[in-house]
Amino acid sequence: MNKLTMTKFIGGVFLLVAVILVACQAPSDDPMRRKTLYYFTWSDYVGPELLEPFERQTGTKVVVDTFSSNEELLAKLQSGASGYDVTVPSDFMVSVMMKQGLLAELDPARIPNARRLAVGLENLPVDPEHRFSVPYLWGTVGIGYDSNVIPTPPDSWAVLWDERYKGKISMLNDQREVFGAVLRSMGHSMNTREPAIIEAAKAKLLQQKPLVRTYTSDHFDQMLASGEVVLAHGWGGPVARAMALKPSIKYVVPKEGATIWADCLVVPKTSRNKELAMQFINYLLDREVAARTSERLMFASANPEAKALVKPAVRDNPAVYPDETALGHLEWMMDVGETLRLYDRAWTELKMK
Amino acid sequence: MTGSLASRAGVRQAGWLLAPALVWMGLFFVLPLLIVLLISFASRGAYGGVEWTFTLVNYRDLADPLYLWIYLRSCAFALATTGLCLCLGFPLAYYIARAPARWQGLWLMLVLVPFWTNFLVRTYAWMNVLRADGLLNRLLIATGFISEPVEILYTDLAVLIGLVYGYLPFMVLPLYAALERIDRSLIEAARDLYASGWTVFTRVIVPLAKPGIIAGCLLVFIPSLGAYITPDLLGGARSMMIGNFIQHEYLVVRDWPLGSAASFVLMAMVLVGMWGYQRTGGERPL
Repeated sequence: MNKLTMTKFIGGVFLLVAVILVACQAPSDDPMRRKTLYYFTWSDYVGPELLEPFERQTGTKVVVDTFSSNEELLAKLQSGASGYDVTVPSDFMVSVMMKQGLLAELDPARIPNARRLAVGLENLPVDPEHRFSVPYLWGTVGIGYDSNVIPTPPDSWAVLWDERYKGKISMLNDQREVFGAVLRSMGHSMNTREPAIIEAAKAKLLQQKPLVRTYTSDHFDQMLASGEVVLAHGWGGPVARAMALKPSIKYVVPKEGATIWADCLVVPKTSRNKELAMQFINYLLDREVAARTSERLMFASANPEAKALVKPAVRDNPAVYPDETALGHLEWMMDVGETLRLYDRAWTELKMK
Repeated sequence: MTGSLASRAGVRQAGWLLAPALVWMGLFFVLPLLIVLLISFASRGAYGGVEWTFTLVNYRDLADPLYLWIYLRSCAFALATTGLCLCLGFPLAYYIARAPARWQGLWLMLVLVPFWTNFLVRTYAWMNVLRADGLLNRLLIATGFISEPVEILYTDLAVLIGLVYGYLPFMVLPLYAALERIDRSLIEAARDLYASGWTVFTRVIVPLAKPGIIAGCLLVFIPSLGAYITPDLLGGARSMMIGNFIQHEYLVVRDWPLGSAASFVLMAMVLVGMWGYQRTGGERPL
């Protein structure tokens, strides 16, 4: 290879590196083209029919990028990925992002559809005045079970400790949720910071472990539907989707109380289109749009007016829209500060025994 | 004169040839590694960030018996995987090396075919093979070996099966390369001197295949030590290996410093293993 082609080659390598670096950067706006909105959301949150009306109404283009966990979302925003206009962290992650100063303040006047929120979602503990976030979709964590195998409907977390279902139980692979369930079953807050209580909860989980088939946050709906497990600790939405495959699947929010969660719409501070972003948030919360989203994803919409427009099969499904009694004893997962280390250690011990 | 000039020019050109790889490794390997090393001496911020105060606390925390147990467990899995791969891979590699030349290419290709499919997809396929109503159980019941399905999926056995499956080709290929080079006349000579089959194997074939055995063992041991998908999916996340622990610290607890320290301890273990190899039998570099 002579010197000229070598230089060219090295130049080419540098060019390639530069292109990769640029491609990793957030996209920039070209004023000559249509205004573009960058929406960063959960991998299953956008159907093709959802964005098209907004693009038509506003003459803009919506570019979707997806993540599969709150941690991935945080990591991307922390590492300086800028240019996303709207994203959807879960409630506890909203608080982390607020504390890290990653979110832009919202203008309530631009989001009229968020004026009224579903019961239980007003004054979200992480952001009571909704200065930075608006709830979008929400739901509960409970127990999905096969009513053919478990004839008396369970109403307590205790069923997950029932020896008769040994090897037929799945738990979420999520330390805070698993500890949340056991803490509530013992009558404590799932946000406790008491070392002795966490220790007792760990002992109860160790006692349960021989009964647990697997800890999974991704497959429990399929496992319920295929009969591999008959009791699954998990989110209502996937359980509702399992019901469509196997009608004997039912869902219960245990009487001792369970997690309520909400995925919230936020605008990252680095957004270059904050007005358009808020317009988009308002669109997603439109009752008609929200009702269709709710039906497709099997999660409850934060817009109370949307519920009336959701088809009855979904609206009356307790896995999607919790009933009055369930609503009475739900608890938000909060940041536990340094106590997280204790939970983490206890979780690792659970996994190593 | 002219010859030495030309060779000096050649050296200069060879230096240029290194540049792309150096730039690439520097940017995407050395630099990130240095960042991880730095983070392992920092502390976790209140909300999961990294605070740049120098501390050794992360390494001290890892000395906890609980975490040592994770390392021990991972080592045990990696050793078992390596041993099983060697037992399965050696006869296979020997067969391929002794096969007629026109068949060797085909056999080798068959060993490599699984790599054409993504590892995650293949792991999902294994979940379907191993589950209670899966292929394996149905086969065992149909042939009358068992009457009730056995629970294989979500056990340590499933993890071991998955690891051996995943890393077997890394054992077979270096073994094949070593076995194929053995001069057949040496084996014939041993035979002529009345060596039994076993003696030929232990005194002739194994010593000559030693570099391949060691290379294969390292190629299997190192990646299986850090395995992460297999214990999660086939083991049902019921227990952790180091890879899962590091992922958990990074993503769930957002304790990057502890996760970084754990990665470095893992790397140190691998380096000690390599050094041990150099000391004991590594007359030939890999």
